[in-house]
Amino acid sequence: MGKLRRTMLFMPGNNPSMLQNAGILGADSVILDLEDAVSPSEKDGARILVRNAIKSLEFYDTELVVRINPLSTIYAMEDIEEIGSVHPDALMVSKATQQDIVEVDRLLKELEKKMGFEIGGIKIFPLIETAYSLENIYEIVGASKRTVGVLLGAEDLTADLGIKRTKSGEEIFYARNKVALTCRAFGIDAIDTPFTDLTDIEGFKRDIERAKGLGLTGKSAINPRQVDTIHEIFAPHEEEIVYAKRVLKAVEDAERNGLGVFSLDGKMVDAPIISRAKTILYKASLMRNN
Amino acid sequence: MEICKPARAGTMESNDIYIMINPNPRGGILLQLESTVMLQFGSQIKHTIMETLEGLGVENAEIMARDRGALDYTIKARVETAVKRSAVI
Repeated sequence: MGKLRRTMLFMPGNNPSMLQNAGILGADSVILDLEDAVSPSEKDGARILVRNAIKSLEFYDTELVVRINPLSTIYAMEDIEEIGSVHPDALMVSKATQQDIVEVDRLLKELEKKMGFEIGGIKIFPLIETAYSLENIYEIVGASKRTVGVLLGAEDLTADLGIKRTKSGEEIFYARNKVALTCRAFGIDAIDTPFTDLTDIEGFKRDIERAKGLGLTGKSAINPRQVDTIHEIFAPHEEEIVYAKRVLKAVEDAERNGLGVFSLDGKMVDAPIISRAKTILYKASLMRNN
Repeated sequence: MEICKPARAGTMESNDIYIMINPNPRGGILLQLESTVMLQFGSQIKHTIMETLEGLGVENAEIMARDRGALDYTIKARVETAVKRSAVI
């Protein structure tokens, strides 16, 4: 991992006001959207605007991701060529399939060679939003070494399944589990679907907790107002950090005293507990550096 | 590039610029600009538009631009979009 991705904030690609503020909204990543947020008649204008924004604007340490149109559309090739030529941090591939990721990887490689960029420098986020993609997620993630995270798109997924999308999210329980487990297996980030009701703050918090509890590592946002709440919930709690430090101190003491197995506060400390403590401290250190 | 047909790009939203471009049968560039920041940045906006047209190889065009406080990257993007929509290479 290495990069903190608690929040990925969607921003419409054809809106200059929003683009020029993208770097100061506090999100770990922004997703400049050329797909759903842009009408077919404005695809060309948005692509040129986003290209210029990446060339000209300061985004500070915010990761810059551009969601391109699906490879099955007439817009995708120009999206990749035009946007890839200004080297965003990553491209997000809508309705991704394994073949799509292989093709985007190949096109980026050609482009990077042509532009003199480091090969593999532009990363990929597959967007998992169909039943087919979800059931093939392992192959999709494994299709390119550029893949640094996956975004679960629950609105399209539930539409594909023909089921109702609810705030409690029982209908995406399996999808969240599957995305979280696959991403963990590959050591990449698992980003949850956005919560679309901006007025329901308590529902939003519950939704983030649910995603975090299932192992997703971050959440997408559709409004800058959602960023702080997501960061707050994804941050390790102070008591978790203190306990993690005590675990690692106890490990050191045990090693010094030649103990293979030991306990802390009356509970046995074994490899998973040590691993969790390290993960918590790693996340805490990334947050300090942000 | 040759401007072959009328085209539009951009919006009248804040921080954007609306560009209307037409062929100019009399030759040369005819630029009309309205801007909310005309007094402060009018000449700079005109310069950016002209520079973008030059970069795209446009020599004959009538342009009407309505600016709502767009930054340079937006002005350049909207001019380029309008030109590409109206032109054949």
